[in-house]
Amino acid sequence: MRISLFVPCFVDQIYPQVAWSVVRVLEELGHQVDFPEGQSCCGQPPFNTGYWDEARTAARVALAAFRDSEVVVGPSGSCVAMMKVFYPQLFKGDSQELEARELAAKTHEFSSFLVNTLGVTDLGAKFEGKVTFHDGCHGLRELGVKKEPRALLANVRGLELLEMAEAESCCGFGGTFAVKFPTISTAMDEVKCASILETGADVVVSNDSSCLMQIRGMLDKQKSTIRSLHLAEVLASR
Amino acid sequence: MTTFASEFKKMAGRYTADLTHRAFIKKALSGYYQKRDDSKASFQSWQGARDLAAETKYEAVNHLDRYLVEFAEKIEARGAKIFWAPSAREARDYILGVARENGVRSIIKSKTMTSEEIHLNDALEKEGYGVFESDLGEYIVQLRKEPPYHLVFPAMHLTRGQISDLFQKELGSAPTDSPEELTMIARRVMRRKYCEADMGISGANFAVAETGMISITENEGNARLTTSLPRIHVAILGIEKVLPRLEDLALFLPMLATAGAGQQMTCYNTMYGGPRQPGEIDGPEQMHVVLLDNRRTELLADAEQRDTLGCIRCGACLNVCPIFKNVGGYSYGTTYQGPIGSVITPHLRGLQDWKHLSAASSLCGACTEACPVKIDLHHHLLQNRRNAAAAKPVMIEKISFLGFAWLMSHPSIYHLAAKLGRVFQPLHPIVNGTFLDPLIAWTRSRAFPNLAPTSFHEQWKKSRK
Repeated sequence: MRISLFVPCFVDQIYPQVAWSVVRVLEELGHQVDFPEGQSCCGQPPFNTGYWDEARTAARVALAAFRDSEVVVGPSGSCVAMMKVFYPQLFKGDSQELEARELAAKTHEFSSFLVNTLGVTDLGAKFEGKVTFHDGCHGLRELGVKKEPRALLANVRGLELLEMAEAESCCGFGGTFAVKFPTISTAMDEVKCASILETGADVVVSNDSSCLMQIRGMLDKQKSTIRSLHLAEVLASR
Repeated sequence: MTTFASEFKKMAGRYTADLTHRAFIKKALSGYYQKRDDSKASFQSWQGARDLAAETKYEAVNHLDRYLVEFAEKIEARGAKIFWAPSAREARDYILGVARENGVRSIIKSKTMTSEEIHLNDALEKEGYGVFESDLGEYIVQLRKEPPYHLVFPAMHLTRGQISDLFQKELGSAPTDSPEELTMIARRVMRRKYCEADMGISGANFAVAETGMISITENEGNARLTTSLPRIHVAILGIEKVLPRLEDLALFLPMLATAGAGQQMTCYNTMYGGPRQPGEIDGPEQMHVVLLDNRRTELLADAEQRDTLGCIRCGACLNVCPIFKNVGGYSYGTTYQGPIGSVITPHLRGLQDWKHLSAASSLCGACTEACPVKIDLHHHLLQNRRNAAAAKPVMIEKISFLGFAWLMSHPSIYHLAAKLGRVFQPLHPIVNGTFLDPLIAWTRSRAFPNLAPTSFHEQWKKSRK
């Protein structure tokens, strides 16, 4: 299958290794991966803050970038939800509504794509360590992704999954919310990190790098030795 | 920023810094989660029940014109008086009028959030009427001169010790750590008040159109006494409380008990269909039903958010909300706290004044998942943000996002800007965490990640071409 990679802007700039891990996993499965270079940001920051005109301007770039793609896969529940769930609303009544719907239909979150579209759960990965998994809210509640990452982690050799009590609680990121209401966002982050700590895991894994940025920010502040990795990085480990 | 918004930020800052309070609320709610899940498990299908409840409410709300009239006609036929109150003021004036005309001296109330919404106690007290709250939680916060902390658990923020201290100070009782003893202290005071009161004010959980009756669900029996001992019963309810059929209660009563308090059923479930009928030996001589609009019809006109009128005020969305759990009930400054309050308060009290509550959410969606009538809460927060920005954009935000959108639609300049960011990044540690730090809102409490030496875009270009 020819798969177009959707790399969220902050993954592009801060976590390029996550995107490479996705490339590695998909190529090892025998698929052809391309990266439409015209892509930038999906437009979620202005969309979530209420500035839908500006969100549409950014989103039109994505519509153009992925116009010729067969399938689009991205390593972020949040940015994929933006395209899959919110683009059709954002473009409702717009001349590009149909195009937005087409992109929504062919776009998939990475773990969901592996399990539900490709039907793979064992990628031959090896990763020694105790891992706890954080469900990003958009992946969990907008896209319904819950079992998929766990099915994939269950087949990683050497990995022990320790579920945290607050796995489904929001980390407090929420895009511009994190800087508009830093005290609330930080309190949520504290709750999340305390729950991670409680499991005794050495690594926190998620299918969303934006949540991991928020969680990492707190762990670093607390001088914690717990590592944070994207699911793709774990699945690409050998 | 409006005063309401700055007050919210101030209070939220204070409550999030109070780790004892946060731990206390967390502990209080952990018991609720367990009981709620046990009770949910006794439904054949909780999701199926939610679907049915949402459909039933959808039908009721979309035919309010028919069901409200049916309800009113049937309850009037048994002698109750209906008052259609367009706004809070008319509702207050009507109830004051009833009190005056009947020479009322003492008023007792059972729990009603709708009366909080119209600030009824203030209005009655200003006219010299003593108002006594008969729900234990409400009584406690009334003694503390506080509004309810949570729309279902008004005194959930208080420890037994605090309640004992309060009773000692206000009622002269002996200190105790026993919840039963505390209840008995309040009960001794209340029994006397029931006998003295000549007007009882209640809310209603549902209004059944088919039979012309209101349904009240409770655990203490105080609503029964409040509505039946005094010679006048006034029930105040929002127009959205109507349900088409009596059999709908078979779904809604256990659902409300489950979502609201983690109970299969509350202890007392009572139907009220009018004042004392000929030949009956007890019950109030008069029953007045105040049907409150107070901008609910404006919500009805909003096709996108009309489903919020399905709310049964169970509080389930508050109990799972990470914002509520950290900022507590008093930060909101609203009658209805938590996600439902953040969604409807801008409609009830003005979008520009209350839009900050819609912004104060990570949009995690836990509320929507918990809502028994499937109100699309977190997406409504998003719609409120859109409506607020469209009606009156915040200039700094508008300019920032115009710039952002322009940058994102000019990839070569965007990549150049990112490169510039890398050039300046080594300077960030100098200002990190200080007032000169452009990222201070983040870095005050969290570490900021470094940009990668090169972006994926650059790396891909190099390796694949």
